[in-house]
Parts: sequence; C-alpha cells; structure tokens
Amino acid sequence: MGQISLQGVRKSFGPVNIIKGADLDIEDGSFVVFVGPSGCGKTTLLRLIAGLEDVTGGKILIDGKNVVDVPPAKRGLSMVFQSYALYPHMSVRGNIAFGLKMAGLPRDDINRKVEAAAATLNLTPYLDRKPRELSGGQRQRVAIGRAIVREPKAFLFDEPLSNLDAALRVQMRLEVTRLQKQLATTAIYVTHDQVEAMTMADKIVVLNAGNIEQYGSPLELYERPANLFVAGFIGSPRMNFISGDIARQHSAATIGVRPEHLRIDREGQGWPGTVAIAEHLGSDTFLYVDAGQIGTLTVRYVGELDLAAGDSVSLSPDPSRVHRFAEDGSSIRA
Amino acid sequence: MARMVTTKRVIVSTGAAWLFGFLIFFPILWMILASFKTELEAFATPPSFLFFHWTTENYATVQERSDYVHHAVNSILIAGGSTLIAMLIAVPAAWSMAFAPTRRTKDILLWMLSTKMMPPVGVLVPIYLIYRDFGLLDSRAGLVFILCLGNLPIVIWMLFTYFKEIPKDILEAARMDGATIGRELVYVLAPMAVPGLASTMLLNFILAWNEAFWTLNLSTLQAAPLTVFIASYSSPEGLFWAKLSAASTLAIAPILVLGWFSQRQLVRGLTFGAVK
Amino acid sequence: MAASVQTMEVALATQQTQLLARSLLTPAVALLFIWMIVPLAMTIYFSTLHYNLLDAGSETFVGLENFRYFLTDPAFLASLKNTLVLVGSVLAITVLLGVPVALLLDQPVVGLNIVRLMVIAPFFVMPTVSALVWKNLLMHPVSGLFAWLSRLVGAEPIDWFNDAPMLAIILIVSWQWLPFATLILLTALQSLDEEQKEAAEMDGARALSTFIYITLPHLARPITVVILIETIFLLTVFAEIFVTTGGGPGLQTTNIAFLIYSQALIQFDVGNASAGGLVAVVIANIVAFFLVRIVGRNLEA
Repeated sequence: MGQISLQGVRKSFGPVNIIKGADLDIEDGSFVVFVGPSGCGKTTLLRLIAGLEDVTGGKILIDGKNVVDVPPAKRGLSMVFQSYALYPHMSVRGNIAFGLKMAGLPRDDINRKVEAAAATLNLTPYLDRKPRELSGGQRQRVAIGRAIVREPKAFLFDEPLSNLDAALRVQMRLEVTRLQKQLATTAIYVTHDQVEAMTMADKIVVLNAGNIEQYGSPLELYERPANLFVAGFIGSPRMNFISGDIARQHSAATIGVRPEHLRIDREGQGWPGTVAIAEHLGSDTFLYVDAGQIGTLTVRYVGELDLAAGDSVSLSPDPSRVHRFAEDGSSIRA
Repeated sequence: MARMVTTKRVIVSTGAAWLFGFLIFFPILWMILASFKTELEAFATPPSFLFFHWTTENYATVQERSDYVHHAVNSILIAGGSTLIAMLIAVPAAWSMAFAPTRRTKDILLWMLSTKMMPPVGVLVPIYLIYRDFGLLDSRAGLVFILCLGNLPIVIWMLFTYFKEIPKDILEAARMDGATIGRELVYVLAPMAVPGLASTMLLNFILAWNEAFWTLNLSTLQAAPLTVFIASYSSPEGLFWAKLSAASTLAIAPILVLGWFSQRQLVRGLTFGAVK
Repeated sequence: MAASVQTMEVALATQQTQLLARSLLTPAVALLFIWMIVPLAMTIYFSTLHYNLLDAGSETFVGLENFRYFLTDPAFLASLKNTLVLVGSVLAITVLLGVPVALLLDQPVVGLNIVRLMVIAPFFVMPTVSALVWKNLLMHPVSGLFAWLSRLVGAEPIDWFNDAPMLAIILIVSWQWLPFATLILLTALQSLDEEQKEAAEMDGARALSTFIYITLPHLARPITVVILIETIFLLTVFAEIFVTTGGGPGLQTTNIAFLIYSQALIQFDVGNASAGGLVAVVIANIVAFFLVRIVGRNLEA
C-alpha cells in the first residue's frame, strides 16, 4: 500500500529554511501534484520523501512507518527524474531491469516483468537500444518503465514532462494519468505548470516559499482558494485583483474576479473601460481592458466577441463569483 | 563555420602550418633518420637526408644489448606500477571529494595541487638520505613509490574533474532503484567513469615514463629506467650517434603514440582546471 | 568543463555517504601530508647543520650559518641569475611563439591532425633524449646539422656548449615546452565564442581589430596560467643540464636545482644543499600562491 504522511517536516541548508514545516496526508492510490513557483521547495519536498536528502526535522511516514532514517534504496519508492537519468551504458532492457536486479529477482522473473512493462509503454521494439539512440519521448517512457516495473509503494515524478515539446507533453500527460489509474499506485508529481496540475491531479498541494498554502482537489482550489497566493496561482489567465474603494464596498481589503466571471458589454452600469488588446482565438476571446483607476482587467469570453482595441466597454462581475480577501491575504468566506 | 572559407586562406594557412609543424618536428625526424644510418654516415658532413644506405644494424645492436631490454622493462614496471598504485589511492579520494563534498573539500583539493608545485630538488637531500638508509636506492620499489607520490595530486585532480562530470541524478536513480553504495559504484559509476579513468592512467603513465629527476638521482643500474639509460650516452666512447638515435627512437616511440591520444588530458591534467 | 565547487556546498550528501567519504579520503591526504612534512622537516633540520656525508658523524649545529653562506656564495648568486635567465627566456619564447602557432592551428588547415601531431610531439619526448639529440645531432660544432647549415651560408659554426651553453639549454627547453603553451592556448582559442567574433564583424571590425580587442583579451587569462605553470616546472630544470653541460663550463649553466644537486650528491655537503633546497621551495611557493588563487577562483566559477 502507499499511504504517505508528512508531519512537521522541515529542511534547511545552513541558515536557509527551504521547507518550513510541512504537514500532509496522501491517500493510497491518489495522484497528488506539488505545484508552485520556482524556488518554492516542491522538488526539495519530493526529494525528502524519496530519501535523496535528509530532513532537518519532522517525520515522513510510509504506511505508518517513519522512514526518515531509511536510505532511499529501502523505502520502496520509484522516481522519474526531469532529465530521465537513464544509465547511458545499459540498453533499454538493462535500464528497466536494473532495479529488479538489485532486488535479487531470478532472471526469468526479471525478463517477464521487463517485457510486460515495455509492452505497456510501447517500448518493445527498442529494448536492445541504448539511451543515446532514443528520442526524448522514448527516453521518457524508459524512465517511466524503470519506475513501474518495480511495483513500488508510490511513484515520484520530478517535472518529467518539462523537457518535451508542447504536443508531446499533452500526449504524455494523458498517458501518465491513464497509467496511474490503471496501476492504482500512489503518485506524487512535481510541476510548475498549473495546467498540468489541474488536469492530472486528484489533489493539489500549492507551495510557496517553503509553506503549504493549500491542499485540496483542483475544483476546491479553483472555487475556494485559501488565500491570495493560491487564487492568483491557479487559473489561467490569472484572476483579476482589485483593492481600494471597490474592495471596501465588498467589505474586504482585496477582491478577486476570474476573467471568465467578468461580464463584458458595450454599454452598461458596470465598470467603464477601454479595450487595450483583444486576442481572438476563435474558441475564446481574451480582452485586456484598461479600466482607469481600477487598473487593467483581463476578460475571457467563450466564443467570438467582435471587439477591438480602442472600443469602450462596461465590465460587471458575477456577484456569486467574487472572492474576498482580508488584509493578511487569507480569503474571507461568507 | 557557417560561411565559405576562401581557398586562398586555406592554402596560406596550410602552407604556414605545415612549415611550422615540420620545423618543430624536425629534430625528432632527424633522430629517426639517423637511427637508420651507419655510424660513419651519421657523423659525416655534409649530412645526408634521404639517400643514404639504410640499415637496421643499430636497432639490432640496441636490442641485443641485454641492458637495453632490462631498462625498458624497468620503465614499464616503474611507470605502470606508480600509475596503478596512484590510481588505487586516488580513485576513492576523488570519489569522496566529488560526490560527498564538505565545506573543506575545495581547500583540501587546492592543498593537494600545491604539493605538486613543490620543487623536487627542495627535498632531494632528505629523500636521498632516507632511501640510502633504507636500502631503497637503485630499487624499483623506491622509484615506484616516489613517482607515485609525485603524480598523485595530478591523478586525484583529473579523476575529480571526470567524476564531477557524471550527472548526479543518474547516481540518484541507482539509489532509488535499490542499489547500495557499493553496487552504485560497481554497476553505474564505474562503467561511466571508465573513459576518464583510462585517460588519467594514460597521461600519468606518460609523465612517469618521462620523469627525469628522481630517476636520474635515485637509480644507477638495477632499477634504472630508460631515462637513465639514455643519459649514459652523454659521455660515451667512440661514434655513437646512430646507436643513440636508435635507442632513443625505441624509448620514445610508444610514448609518442600514447601522447597523441592524450592531448586533451594534458590540458585537463596540467592546468589544474585553470583553462577550460 | 570546470568543476563547480560552489554547487557542491549546496548538494550535501546524506549522512551515510559522509562518513564513508571521509575514510576514503584519508589515505591520500595522509600520504601527501607525510610526503610534504617529513622531507621538509628534515631539510629544515639539516640546513642548520654542518653535515658532510664524506665525514659522517661530524655533524655540528651551525644555525643559520648555512643560509648566510649559501645566499652570499657567488655560486648561489650565479645560479640564481641563471635560473632567472633560463625561466624568463623559455617563458618568453614559448608564449611569444605559442600564440601565433596556436592561432595557426585554429585555421582551416588541410591535414590539421598531422600538423598537430608534429607540433605536440616534443613535449612527449623524454628530457634526456631531447637534450642528447640536440647536443649531438644538431648542435655538434663539426658534424651537427646546425654546423652544416652555418657553413652553407658561409658563417662560422657556433660551438654551442662552449661559447653559448646557456642559450643552448634555453633552446632545448623551449623546444620541449612550446607544445604545452601551444596546446593550452589553442584550447583557450577554441573556447572563444564564435558569436563574439561575428558580433565584432557586424560592428565593422576587420581581422586585426578582432584579434586585438577580442582574441587577445580572451587569451590573457590562459597566458597567465601558462606562465605560472611553466614557471613552477621550469624552476627545477635538471635533466637537460645534467646530461649536456653538467652545469658548466664553470657555473655558466648551473641553475638553482643543479647547484643544490651538485652540492648534495657531488660535494656531499648536505647542510648547504638543504639550505639551498629551502630557498628553492620558498621561491616556488611564491609562484604557487598566485597559481593556486587562480585555480581556486576557477573552481568557484
């Protein structure tokens, strides 16, 4: 089983506190994504769970057992690295088989499992090639094959798709999700791309400067962000934030409205503004509106809207979708 | 180069380069030619360049001298032995500095390099006396030991740089795959480090083969390698140029070949990373 | 690829590996430490004695007497001058020739590999062979090639080892070290970003300007490194002198290294030789200080 808990986990490098105290409970079989800006500590947290770094304090429990003093080789986890980290001197078969060889499995079992994993990942024709003879996507799959073949308690992914081109990334996203569902193994996935996070995760952990800002399902994060940071991080294009008088009217220090929740008309009683830039994608229209004192607001309209730069518009937010935030950034729930 | 290089430039460059190359290489070429001449021819003036009576009698003479073979064997044993022992000590040391560094690691490394900068003549007296008192003078073991110590900093340094080039995450992947440190070394690190290890051994074999301070001062006959053997031609009797040339050609030929493969290692090993 | 020590500090290994690492490092550190300390300590000790191997058992403590003797001995002063002349000349020749040869090897040359082999070769020839080949086959005043060449142009052949022994040694040593300088400078040249040169060209620079304003500054650091490293090794030139002139005629080709050697193993004056040895160590340390600083800075990069 692959239930993982973090209790008060801290990590410092000398005087620098990278992780400031993380508490987390990850259910067995769930797909959890660690997301956040560069330097937030998501990769460090992953490596602490893997055992590649020592914790400065706290406990890491795998199925109830504290593994803080257990070396990575004995934690029963698999990791897929951003650079794939394939063994250059071994064939694909050798790469996938290595972990099983370390575990001391008999030769026949190893071959059987390697071939099964290769079949799942469409790697069978490449089994005897060396990594340098493979494309980026193929190497990626070998890295995944190496991870799944050991039937670990959990998979750890460190930004595995960032080195792939856009089209391949979308395709691999689906494959990874499908695979995880099929194997029903816990997966912890680190990424800086919030779209990846939203589409793949059962639950998301949003990290900022070593703190866990929020832990919840994608929809929870979208509809009920815990604070300004999460609200601004999740959702693309970014939520519009307005402070000042308008915020005070809503009894808050800051209010936030997502671009898709702003209604836009040529005329009306809402906030007046002028279109600065209009982006017509066919499926959506994105408008960047200069609303004077309020600032620049982003609007998303599903479908085609015939507006261009220079047009005057009136914006009004959907009242049930206005998020309110206090002075300290935390959200105010009604 | 993205653009077309003018033919004129190629011709001028090629001409000048070959001229310089030839001039620099000439003494070696001249020596090789002399080795195929008779002693009289070698000493004669005006000197002949290509059209002389080519003979291999000098090589035969040199080969037949049992002491030549003896000295050649010494060179191989001493250069090989000191390189191997240096590697045995250096590999663990370089591994530890490359993969488990501490705050002191950089200082230790620089200190090691500085020991190579000490002039050997500064410790000639004590070493000579110690060797004399322990019966190590004119012994192969003695030479192996001192050449090993002399080259150790360079061996450690070169291995360190090669180890640092191994991507850290491949070793971490091995750890995640269940490898203990020992198996990580054997199954992953070692195969990846083999080219670096080979290059380091090669360069150090060459440096030890050519070493001409300790070998000249600490050996006379029994343990003397080829450096000393050739030095014995500095006060010979009679005509000896052709024989000297033959002996020299034999002495340097293997190293010239090995040296060709060691160019990049030379830069890496002897500039201590100060030039990239 | 430069080794990066700064990132090392951040990538601290887990506890397991730290302990093991320390024990793996110990043999090397211990050996080098002993190698450094023991002979050096003995040298210091001997330098305070009046100790001649020929009448052993007569060692007497003389304090700094040996140093005073050594440093005021005309032989020492001559050897110091010779050392400076030798090192300085070889440095000048190898660098001043090394730069153009390196530039030449950076050009599109047909058969470049063979040319490289020819230029690199002298460095791999053992010093005793180089010295004897130059002394006999080339510089012999009667049958040497140079003699023949001089006669061809109607000049008197130079009796190198009698009339210009120092120059002869300088030539031999320069020939051996030119490949080193060339290789280093060539490596540095090839690391010069092609795009920098292209940018200069877009800015209107012709070949000479590019050389002066871009190539030469880029070479400043490697040239410094070459100078420092060559100095370290040239201070102790020994074999070439040993095998050709034996330090002579008189003291004309005796450098510090040879002087110490002759005192130790020819005159068996251990006390004096030790004092001299320490002087050599001090000089080398000064140069080493600068070199280590540059290397250290590079490790941070």
